[in-house]
Amino acid sequence: MIKVRNLVKAFGTRVVLRNISFDIAPGEFITLLGVNGAGKTTLMSMVATLSKPTAGTIFIGDMDTREHAAYIRRYIGLVSHKTLLYDDLSGEQNLRFYARMYDVQNPSERIEKVLREVGLWGRQKDPVRTYSRGMQQRLAIARAILHNPPILLLDEPDTGLDQGATSMLGELLAAVGTAERTVLMTTHNLERGLSLGQRVLMLSDGKIAVDAPRDEVSVAELSRFYRQ
Amino acid sequence: MSAGTARSAQRDTLGLVLTVISGLMMITGLYLALVFAPPAMNLQTAVERFTQRVLYFHVGAAWVGFFAFFITFAAGIGYLWRRSFFWDNLANASVEIGLTFMTMVLVTGSIWAKPTWNTWWTWSPRLTISAIGWLMYIGYLMLRSAIDNPARRARFAAVYGIVAFISVPINFMAIRWWRDIHPAVVASSSSEGTGGFDMSPNMTMTLMFCIAAFTVFYGTLLYHRMRLGKTQHEVETLKQEVLYR
Amino acid sequence: MPQNLSSSISSDSVIAHRPPQFSYLRKVGAIAGKDIAAELRTKEMMSAMFVFSLLVIFIFNFAFDLRTDNANTLAPGVLWVAIAFAGMLGLGRSFITERDRGSLEGLLLAPVDRSAIYFGKFLGNVLFISVVEVVILPLFIVFFNQPLDIIVPLSGVVVLGTIGFAGVGTLFSAMVIHTRARDVLLPIMLFPVVVPVLLSAVRLTAGILDKLPFEDVQNWLGLLVAFDLIFLAVSYMMFEYVVEE
Repeated sequence: MIKVRNLVKAFGTRVVLRNISFDIAPGEFITLLGVNGAGKTTLMSMVATLSKPTAGTIFIGDMDTREHAAYIRRYIGLVSHKTLLYDDLSGEQNLRFYARMYDVQNPSERIEKVLREVGLWGRQKDPVRTYSRGMQQRLAIARAILHNPPILLLDEPDTGLDQGATSMLGELLAAVGTAERTVLMTTHNLERGLSLGQRVLMLSDGKIAVDAPRDEVSVAELSRFYRQ
Repeated sequence: MSAGTARSAQRDTLGLVLTVISGLMMITGLYLALVFAPPAMNLQTAVERFTQRVLYFHVGAAWVGFFAFFITFAAGIGYLWRRSFFWDNLANASVEIGLTFMTMVLVTGSIWAKPTWNTWWTWSPRLTISAIGWLMYIGYLMLRSAIDNPARRARFAAVYGIVAFISVPINFMAIRWWRDIHPAVVASSSSEGTGGFDMSPNMTMTLMFCIAAFTVFYGTLLYHRMRLGKTQHEVETLKQEVLYR
Repeated sequence: MPQNLSSSISSDSVIAHRPPQFSYLRKVGAIAGKDIAAELRTKEMMSAMFVFSLLVIFIFNFAFDLRTDNANTLAPGVLWVAIAFAGMLGLGRSFITERDRGSLEGLLLAPVDRSAIYFGKFLGNVLFISVVEVVILPLFIVFFNQPLDIIVPLSGVVVLGTIGFAGVGTLFSAMVIHTRARDVLLPIMLFPVVVPVLLSAVRLTAGILDKLPFEDVQNWLGLLVAFDLIFLAVSYMMFEYVVEE
């Protein structure tokens, strides 16, 4: 589903990713780990076609993200550590706007369905600024799955959430990552990362330090990278 | 890149040659402008005749100023197309030099305007466009200094350099439709402005030489400034390599 | 809590989307529409712009001692300074609202050409400034004791001026959100570039107030239209470079 080949990304003189290659199969749930500044968000934004590789290629399906970015965007949903929502609009207005941006058919039905699934139906008329952090994050997920993308990118979806909201989010994410959906998630929570992801990628010094199924790695082993 | 690094560590023969040539040309230009060129015959007072000589530098500086901004415009297109440090370095260096010359244009213009027009400043089209150009490229440098990410800085600067330069002729046309009291010196056919004067062949020769001297001087400054920019860039790269190794 | 999310992933149609007829225009409208919906909820920006433009008119009144006998000389300038400063407030906010929650990223993720984002934001900005103008113009006529029938030609000039101003302003607004000191940078970058808009708009307004024949001001109208077209095209081409990472 996602093929990354010899990927290099540099910001000016600073090289963030050095020659990275990996494959993600359809339906896989991947957890991407690494210290702050390891390049997780950079990698995510390149997969999401928001930023262009300095060298190397990313294929979504069989399409090069550089050449078919506008087309590929239809197939990708992103939950970032920011909500990507408009605080002054209601939850429904936010989704209605994004439904038009993604040419979603029967937007009203789809919006109701998605809102029910994230447990926000009933609050849809309230401005987003009145939502709690956890509710905003759930709406952000609703936004990301609104157009039913086969690829879901979750960039630290648990940032700034309290204990209760985080466990709710965990259930939601487990439900979102179905067999038909390929998920790439970054997190700082090693335990959650290991419990949700089927496979773990660890970025360190701009390279992939670990690429293993979750059964073959332990929290202790992974936390070693954070202490360096 | 590595060949360039090696070369810049060596002695800079080209830079030396350029510096010497432009130094000689500037001294010759000074001699021509202050001693060789005859005084303008149709000007009334001695002060007017004397300040008229500022023209040789004023026109040269104005030419270099706008030419430098044109180079920034072209380098902006080059950067957006090739995305290489070279074009960004060129654009930045050219703005800095262009601004220096533009400042000189405004100052020499005022010096000339006081005895001739009896005012330091007047909102004539050429003065106004020079002042607006000056402000625009001050804005360019402020924009650059307000962005930390080098790639974004180069990209935004390229965009602004392009938009700003395209606005210059439109700006000039708009301002020109006001009454123009600026003498059209070089294209003397429509010399309806006050303070105009006839150019003798020796004066024309001096003016042309000064324009040439300023252009070579611009090239020399550009060369040195870009070399400095490249060194800064290399230091930055080495720092990053050490820090993020 | 969320139970059966998989049910929302219909296996037959992975992506439900409408055939892309008028899709581009619908998205431009959607972007402008959500800006308007957000503004209608708070009305923060519009009221600030409106009060600010009124204050500009008052301050000019105090500063220049406006009277009926000199009103026609000063009024066009006062009107356009008021519009320009109020517009600057709106333009400055335009992309800041997209930045707070990263929604600019959300726009960039959408399957639509970058230019739709530019035109959507541009349209929203033009509408915001226009609403302020709709309130300001009658007040302008009242304060400067003008005949009511000038409102029709004046509205035309105001629309053309606003398009030129917001066209470049929207592009620069998208740039300054990535800079430090973004609030001060926008006017510094924008005003020198839009001088032709202000000049021609002021001249056209003066022409209308003085009841000049159309031939006397048609140059200015041509210049204003040309500026609008050129800078909309340039901004359209440059916007992609501004929003890419």
